Amino acid sequence: MATITFITANGETIIAEGDSGSVMELAKAYQVEGIDGDCGGVCSCATCHVHVDPDFFDKTGGPSEIEQDMLELDDEVDEYSRLSCQIEVREELDGLILRVD
Amino acid sequence: MKDNGKEQGTCVVIGASHAGVNVAFALRKEGWEGEIVLYDADPRLPYHRPPLSKTYLYSDYSIEKSSLKSADSYDQAGIRLQLGMRITEIDPKGRTVRLEDGTIQSYDRLVMATGARPLLPAIPGMDRARQVFTLRNANDGEQIRAALSHPPQQQVVIIGGGYIGLEIAASLRQLGAKVVVLERESRVLARVTAPETAQYFQTLHTDRGVAIHTGKHVNAIQKSAERNTVICSDGSQFPADIIIVGVGIRVNLELARAAGLQTDDGIVVDPGTRTSDPHIYAIGDCSYHYNPHYDRYLRLECVQNAVDQAKVAAAAICGKEAIYDAIPWFWSDQYDVKLQIAGLSEGYDEAIVRREADDPAKLSVWYFKDEQLLAVDAINNARAYVLGTKWIKAGKVLDRHRLEDPGVNLKELR
Repeated sequence: MATITFITANGETIIAEGDSGSVMELAKAYQVEGIDGDCGGVCSCATCHVHVDPDFFDKTGGPSEIEQDMLELDDEVDEYSRLSCQIEVREELDGLILRVD
Repeated sequence: MKDNGKEQGTCVVIGASHAGVNVAFALRKEGWEGEIVLYDADPRLPYHRPPLSKTYLYSDYSIEKSSLKSADSYDQAGIRLQLGMRITEIDPKGRTVRLEDGTIQSYDRLVMATGARPLLPAIPGMDRARQVFTLRNANDGEQIRAALSHPPQQQVVIIGGGYIGLEIAASLRQLGAKVVVLERESRVLARVTAPETAQYFQTLHTDRGVAIHTGKHVNAIQKSAERNTVICSDGSQFPADIIIVGVGIRVNLELARAAGLQTDDGIVVDPGTRTSDPHIYAIGDCSYHYNPHYDRYLRLECVQNAVDQAKVAAAAICGKEAIYDAIPWFWSDQYDVKLQIAGLSEGYDEAIVRREADDPAKLSVWYFKDEQLLAVDAINNARAYVLGTKWIKAGKVLDRHRLEDPGVNLKELR
């Protein structure tokens, strides 16, 4: 089980718990504002962009090549950006903090 | 509901797939405080459709896992989700819809997100053939999965070499089925891509063991004791335990026509997705709309259009100025290959093929009409897709010689 915290653009904090699936799916289940996941999680739409708290970036790891390219569709991208459909929820991500634009 | 909610009244949405679900939630975001009632004949909690021909077919992927929204979300947003209920009639004068069971529901605003259904060509013998399927909803997917579950190694004939046919072919090959694709045109993806993209996918499938036959017009299907035989106009015959038909769709226009709405290839809407009746809107696969970027009326079958039109409709219904002017985008996943398309290539006069120096599996096809970049097909090449999207939007004029030169990094063309 991992507890993942989402901080939305309007300052809302949502604490979500999950043990499988993608972080995008978890965000959808908790109705996190700003995570749309229009393509269903296949890295095709770039509507599930999150900024990983820098302290956790080692654990999530960086984006894959296709993910890095897709992130460029988003104007708010930074060095800690990921598409949350490409992050698997797993035990070691417990405590992860993600910011959503 | 608050007083102004009563003033806004009830918004009824027909169809709870991508377009219908998105418009219901977008209405709340835009400030609609009245009632929202969302109907669909499909009894399942609304789900993503694109995986049906892909991960859903070849893995243990569950429909429940791919819900568009959680069940709680509808309650919390005050959206009354009415599943397993079919609308049989719209009365635009009385502003009501009639349900299959005779119930009447009134509306102040109505959104039609009625979508489309698979086209079944009139092939002699098809009605009597065994194990014939189309694929549009979860129930169809379940039936195909069940038919394939035993025995394995069945012979599958897919009629139609478009995206749906090829995606199904890829999924079934991954399950070990023997797959034949019969395409009427001289190449696969004939209506939607340039020959180079089509060739890439034809080679991909052939390498993975799919038998693709082009120029095949299916004339008849014969049923014998064990299986079907698919017979083509040139006399060729293909045995089939399972037949899957993917030759296009028919738009669900009956309700709109009976209600007297203006229709063409779809339900005709203005830039705010309003139909010819000012209280009725139409979005998603069923809407026939004007695209300012390509300067023509068109109908699109894709998630992008469903989602973007839902946003426009919600804003327009809430009295805001909203105009639909998106650049369409699409994707298709087959085996480990990802195709991403930005824009619409129809009407192109030149296609530039670009291969990348770092990876021969990456391909991009750039469609031009005169100076204008119309569209790009990006295969395993998200960079080409992203840059293409930006350049189409910006109306950028590209140097085509540099574009096709693998020695020039795409980013240098910016």
